[in-house]
Amino acid sequence: MKTLRTAVGLTALSLLVPALAACGDDEPTLVIYNAQHEQLLDELAPAFEKETGIKVELRNGSDLELSNQLVQEGDASKADVFLTENSPAMSQVEAAGLFDELPSDVLDQIPANYRPTSGLWTGFVARSTVLVYNTDDVEESELPASILDLADSAWDGRICFSPTGADFQAIVAGILELEGEDATLDWLEGIKANGTTYDGNNVVLESVNSGNCEVGIVYHYYWARDRAESGDVSDHSAQYYFGNQDPGAFLSVSGAGVLASSDMKKEAEEFVDFLVSEKGQQIIADSYALEYPLNPAVSLDDDGVKPFDELQPPQVNVSDLDSQAVVDLMTEVGFL
Amino acid sequence: MLLVVGLAVATLTLVPLGYVIATTADLGRQEAVDFLWRPRIGELLWNTVRLLIAGVAASTVLGVAGAWVVERTDVPGRGWWHGVLCAPLAVPAFVNGYGWISTTHAVQSFPGAVMVVTLSYYPLVYLPTVAALRRLDPAVEEVATSLGRSGWSVFTRVTLPAVSPAVLGGALLVGLHLLAEYGALQLLNYPTLTTAILQQYATVFNGPEATLLALVLVTFCLLLLGIEALLRGHRRRARVGSGAGGQPVRIRLGRYQLPVLAALTAVACWALVVPIGALLRWLIRGTSTHVDLAELFDAAGTTLLLALLGGLTATVVAVPVVWLAVRHRGLLTTAIERSVYTASAMPGIVIALALVTVSIRTFPSLYQTVVVLLVGYTILFLPRAVVSVRSTFELVPPGLEEVARNLGCGGLGVARRVTLPLVLPGLAAATALVSLAVATELTATLLLAPLGTDTLATQFWSDASAIEYGAAAPYALALILLSIPSTWILGSLSVRNSK
Repeated sequence: MKTLRTAVGLTALSLLVPALAACGDDEPTLVIYNAQHEQLLDELAPAFEKETGIKVELRNGSDLELSNQLVQEGDASKADVFLTENSPAMSQVEAAGLFDELPSDVLDQIPANYRPTSGLWTGFVARSTVLVYNTDDVEESELPASILDLADSAWDGRICFSPTGADFQAIVAGILELEGEDATLDWLEGIKANGTTYDGNNVVLESVNSGNCEVGIVYHYYWARDRAESGDVSDHSAQYYFGNQDPGAFLSVSGAGVLASSDMKKEAEEFVDFLVSEKGQQIIADSYALEYPLNPAVSLDDDGVKPFDELQPPQVNVSDLDSQAVVDLMTEVGFL
Repeated sequence: MLLVVGLAVATLTLVPLGYVIATTADLGRQEAVDFLWRPRIGELLWNTVRLLIAGVAASTVLGVAGAWVVERTDVPGRGWWHGVLCAPLAVPAFVNGYGWISTTHAVQSFPGAVMVVTLSYYPLVYLPTVAALRRLDPAVEEVATSLGRSGWSVFTRVTLPAVSPAVLGGALLVGLHLLAEYGALQLLNYPTLTTAILQQYATVFNGPEATLLALVLVTFCLLLLGIEALLRGHRRRARVGSGAGGQPVRIRLGRYQLPVLAALTAVACWALVVPIGALLRWLIRGTSTHVDLAELFDAAGTTLLLALLGGLTATVVAVPVVWLAVRHRGLLTTAIERSVYTASAMPGIVIALALVTVSIRTFPSLYQTVVVLLVGYTILFLPRAVVSVRSTFELVPPGLEEVARNLGCGGLGVARRVTLPLVLPGLAAATALVSLAVATELTATLLLAPLGTDTLATQFWSDASAIEYGAAAPYALALILLSIPSTWILGSLSVRNSK
């Protein structure tokens, strides 16, 4: 009897909760599946709401969680906009035919090599591959000119990296495009033999800083953010940028796209437009994200980070990155 | 009628398994074999198996030893130690891992992984064991002693067999959690099948390969269930009288008192002081420490509500399943009870994607509402409820109900006036235990919750993965604070006198 009553009450309650959550916003909301760091949107989304009067709701997750979810949802998805940290997840959703082409006045604000030729999505910020090294164990002059050298036996037992994140996969995709399959396979096997693998770039950073490992492969903002945070895991380390269009200077692009199934396409395009506009990019540049804005009118200004125009990244177009081949290679080597 | 409900529950909990099998079927037989027959998979299997064995063994030893010390020895401050031994339940495994990793790197190893998961999960053995020891009629042990058995022999020949269902149920839960554990092991850099599944999903759209690994996990789960059933046997546990009551004769620790106290203190330090200390350190040192109280309270409120709803739902769903398994013992009802375990051995992302796929096609209006989220929680954590409910249901003698019926009580009347009061503690324990798990759940919440739902766990991960440790710390601390009531309920229920 009591169980029955509880059950009835519970059903009523569970029906009530979504109703409560939906209370008060009769106006339609733009739904953004956001795999970028929430902190990046903390100021951007309210600024957009203020400027356009369009309400924004975020569903946060990681790149592949959300791209997998979008593919499963298909046309029934409630998402209007998709934002990622790296481009492979964008390519996955693009390959599933779920994006709608972006208007050219949105695309034109971002240089052509940071967006796919299809025009189905655009890059909006980028992160640079770097080495983070323990300053007690290694001199900067010892560091290699090319990331490919890390596969040499000279680095045996001295390097670490996080092969299983979307970040590393993007770096390998860059190497694959520049150096070809055989060289990539050799490199992967070499660093596997030389290094320790961790799960997560923040773990790599921490291990380098504590001297557990001398040199780590990460993106530039991990170290820079910790400098800005407490310095707890960056006070015994520094970071090193490759140059000369080396594969190690690869820039990975964070993407933004509008879902074809969106019933608020105009507003969604407005959001992406705001994201790549000078105003939106300036908000990103000023935020905690420490990622490079891609609109040439805006630059990232931070002591811990090398200026964007001093980077010498290899020329790789995002649509040329082949994530399936990367996964096959990484599986073959035994990282996955 | 009850059977229909039970079958419905079983069907629901088998949805993820169906999804996993259907997705894996996309993979050709040869492809599947090639994928599984690799050194990497061997390494993952070996890691999973040895963590499973060592983790379950260590949790069982620690849980049983702790319970025995508290219930059967004259250790000073027993009530206090009982509270301390329950308390790690309030510290989520990933917070514990995070505390340890920021203290020493030595834990990034097999022994380190075993230690951290043991410190996080042994209360799942400790609690039911304390409860069982408390309920055990001390006269049984006294008789054995008077017949000339030594203390150790009484423990192994009399006490342990009597409390074994409780120990086994707890050990089974620990095993399932170890199979599905991700957060802590990721931090500890200990790759298992589950971390590999997450990595498959994190690397590219690798549906079939990821679900293939999930199938391997389900196999492990079936193995665990088989072992547990084998060890459990078919003994009847119910007793009508409450026994002689009275205090059991407590073993004098004598010169062992100091070592025992030292061991208890070590457990308390390792399981509580280390993680909480790390959080406090981040809270003080991190520059991103800007406690947005409104956001924090918001997330805490949502977490509390979801945890409560999840706990109640899972408990209500567990009742018919357990009732069938205990009172209508048979092949079908046992199969129903066992089926609820399969999903819990798989990581949350698999369950969540299964529900995404199924619910958006069959009940699009329920998709991303609390209803589907609660279904997800229920599927994930039903075993916690089933184990708790079962441990009390088994103790209700059918005779009592028959007597009530003979005295003219109707079916519902019997349930309300006889059975319910007897099993109420089990129901409360089930709700509390599931609530604790729901509060720390991450992936299913991210994928299935209504838009704009922020819980303490999602906020913690969002900040921690962005290296805003200072900002993440308050959420973890709030999570611990919020878990204290449930832990307290569990702690006091377990030593409640069933007289």
